[in-house]
Parts: sequence; C-alpha cells; structure tokens
Amino acid sequence: MNKPVLGLLLGAVLGAFDGLTALVSAPETAPQIMGIVIGSTCKGLIVGALVGWYASRVRSLGKGMLVGLVVSAFFAFLIAAMPNEQGGHYWLEIMIPGSIVGLIVGYATQTFGRARVPA
Amino acid sequence: MTRLADGAIARLREAATWPALPPDRYEIRRPLGRGGMGTVYAAWDRRLEREVAIKVSNAAAPSSDLETRLRQEARVLAHLEHPGVVPVHDAGVLEDGRWFYVMKYVRGDTLPQHIAALAGEAAVLGVFERIAETVAFAHAAGVVHRDLKPSNVMVGAFGEVLVLDWGVAKVLAATTTPESSSTTPESSVGTGTASGTRIGTPGFMAPEQERGDASTAGPAADVYSLGALLYWLLTATPAPASAEAITRGLSGLQPRPSRRLRAIVVRCLEDAPAGRYADAAALVADLQRYRAGLAVLAHPESVFERAGRFAARYRTFILLVAAYLIMRAVFAWLQRR
Repeated sequence: MNKPVLGLLLGAVLGAFDGLTALVSAPETAPQIMGIVIGSTCKGLIVGALVGWYASRVRSLGKGMLVGLVVSAFFAFLIAAMPNEQGGHYWLEIMIPGSIVGLIVGYATQTFGRARVPA
Repeated sequence: MTRLADGAIARLREAATWPALPPDRYEIRRPLGRGGMGTVYAAWDRRLEREVAIKVSNAAAPSSDLETRLRQEARVLAHLEHPGVVPVHDAGVLEDGRWFYVMKYVRGDTLPQHIAALAGEAAVLGVFERIAETVAFAHAAGVVHRDLKPSNVMVGAFGEVLVLDWGVAKVLAATTTPESSSTTPESSVGTGTASGTRIGTPGFMAPEQERGDASTAGPAADVYSLGALLYWLLTATPAPASAEAITRGLSGLQPRPSRRLRAIVVRCLEDAPAGRYADAAALVADLQRYRAGLAVLAHPESVFERAGRFAARYRTFILLVAAYLIMRAVFAWLQRR
C-alpha cells in the first residue's frame, strides 16, 4: 500500500478508535460520542494524509515520526482547546494519546508503506 | 662502468622470466601472484591505456592439463557476466604456445584481509549474501565453482564483492547459459577431476569432494563451501566436521547468532548433499528471509518462537501501541478515582 493511502487509512481507524475511548476515559461525554468520533476521525484523516504525504517525500524514520508527533499534537491541541460543557479542557486526555497516535502513523507510513517507484 | 645494485639485478632476473606478451598491446608491470595453474601479472594495456591483470598458464606444454584448465577458466569467466565475477577482456596465445587471458585489475582486499572491517552480523551477512548471489548466478548458468574459500573472495575498494579463481569450476551437462542460450557438454575445468581426485580446499570443501568424488560434486557442494565460509565469517575459524560442534561453535559467540541463522549454517554444512539447500539460490532466498525478519526454511519455528520473532520485528510499533493503551488506561483510572 502506498504511503499516503496507508496514512489516510491508519489515521482514520486510529482516529475513530481514539474518539471511542472517550467513553472510557471521560464517560460524561457519552451523549456527544458521535460528534467526538466523527471529529476524531476527521482529525486522524488529516494527520494521516499529511504524514503519509511527508513519508512519500522523505524517507527517514526519525523525521517521519517527528512530523507525525508534531502534526498530531497540533490538531489534538486544537480539539483540546475547545471547552467542554463545564468550560473545562481535556488537555492531557486528548493531547498525549493523540500525539502517540501521530507517532504510530509516522512510524507505520515510514516502515510499512510502499515507496514510490521512480518513473 | 656503473655497477648495478643487487636489488636491480634481482628485478632484471625476474623480469627476464616474464612472458612475452604482444608488445604493442600489453606491458607487464609486476607479478601479482602465482597459483598452481597460472601466474597473474599486473600489466598496462597500451591500446586502452588502463591497468589490467593477465593470467598466464604455468604449463610447460600447450596441450597439458593446466593449459586446458586455464582456457576453460577464461571461457567460464567470459560466460559469467555478473558484478561478482571479474570480467575477462581478452585472451590469446604466447609465442611459446601458452595461453593467457586478460581481466579487470581489481583493487581491494581478499576476505581474510577484509574481515576485520566487518563489524557486526549485518555487515558480515551483507558481504556473504553478495558472495552467495554470485554463486547462485553461476549455478543458474550451470557452473559449479568447487573451490570457494576466503582467499578466493575479494572485496574491492568500493565495497564490490568478487568471487575469484574459477580454475576448478565445473560446467554442468546440457545447461543453458544466460548469454549464449547454447548447451554445453559436461566438463570440468582441468582434467584432474576423475573419480578419486580431491578438488577443493580442506576445511571448505564438501564431504563428497573430500572423498575424491569430484565428478558428483554439484551445486550442493558449493552450498557446503558457502556454509563453511559463513561459519568462518562469523567465527573466524574453519567449520568443524560435526553438526554438534558447529552449533556449539556458533552458540559460544558473543553476541550469539539467532537460532535461525545457526540453522541456516548447519543446513549448508549437512554431510549429505540432499540435506543441504539444493543450490545457492535457495540459500540466498532463505538468507534474505532471515535478514527481513521472516521465518526460514532451515528452522521450523514453535508458536513461541514465531511470537518472539514477530515481537522483535515490530518492537517499536508494539511499544507505541502499548504506550497509547497505557495512557488511555491511566486517564480512565484517574477519571474513576
């Protein structure tokens, strides 16, 4: 599978799973779970696409993981910055696992994705 | 009159023994080495203005075994167009009737000189795989080397790996060479291959060669020699005779080679040719599987070994997923407190 497609797929799957884990880590968010899952999946798609695109350009495990971490942490920050109903923020609950997801996507696209064959 | 120094006289005496090559084409510079079959000289190709190596038969008579062997070696080399085989540029006959052939002058070290530069299993296997690939190419072309040993491998200045000395190589019957698509009758380089004649080098030759059964020594004999070469690369000692001693020798190394690599070596060094890999291509394929972290044919794995190999291969990925799950579990636990 080529790297951008792998990044998209993995980002979407991990994003959806990450959203669903809100039911465990923050059960009070259950009424909004559909919105959380959709938002998290969209975030995963965007991160996966960007990290996969980068992996197709630059062949470096370290750089790929760093880009995954930074891009994912940035989008996780944007989501965590949205206040909950009580006006609070789930900074750590969203940003730490979200950043690890970025690391996973960065690692997977560099390691398992198929490199482009030069024409 | 000026007196010549002893060293100069010795050099002149030596030069007087050099063969008379076509003077308009080659100028001999210095001898590089003398083997049983021929002597190799560094020479200057006047026409193409480059340094070349020239191997000249040591035979006294044009029809001798050595002469036939050198001629056959030149033809085998000329057919094996591969990066791991020294290319032959030219061949000819001296005024005294002896054969010579001209090949690329390779700058580099023999494997015994180069082994100190090979740090770690990956470097050793990298070099070994290129040797085995060259032999696999020869097997595909119907040629069995029959004398693979460390001094017959050269590592060039740019890391290129070359398999040398095809003087006792055997051309198998009715084999299609990749270049000519012609069939060649079974023949051995040289005539010293009759039943009872030992061809090869002790410590690296297959048991069937040791027994003097050279006529039946096929690709599996080269596989044995490749196994002995791999054992030597890993341990810097020749391979012992028994499978137990081989396993013990490899197990005593620090760091210890994995069970799968040990099994590959043992498989190559099986006494019976049928117990070894069929040819060098099969060995290369298993070695590549090993290097990619996959299961190898030489070692049937248990479920635990398979799980361990999987965990080792995907260690970083597993650690990242575990870190993610642990973080999620920690936040869930904190939420419930």
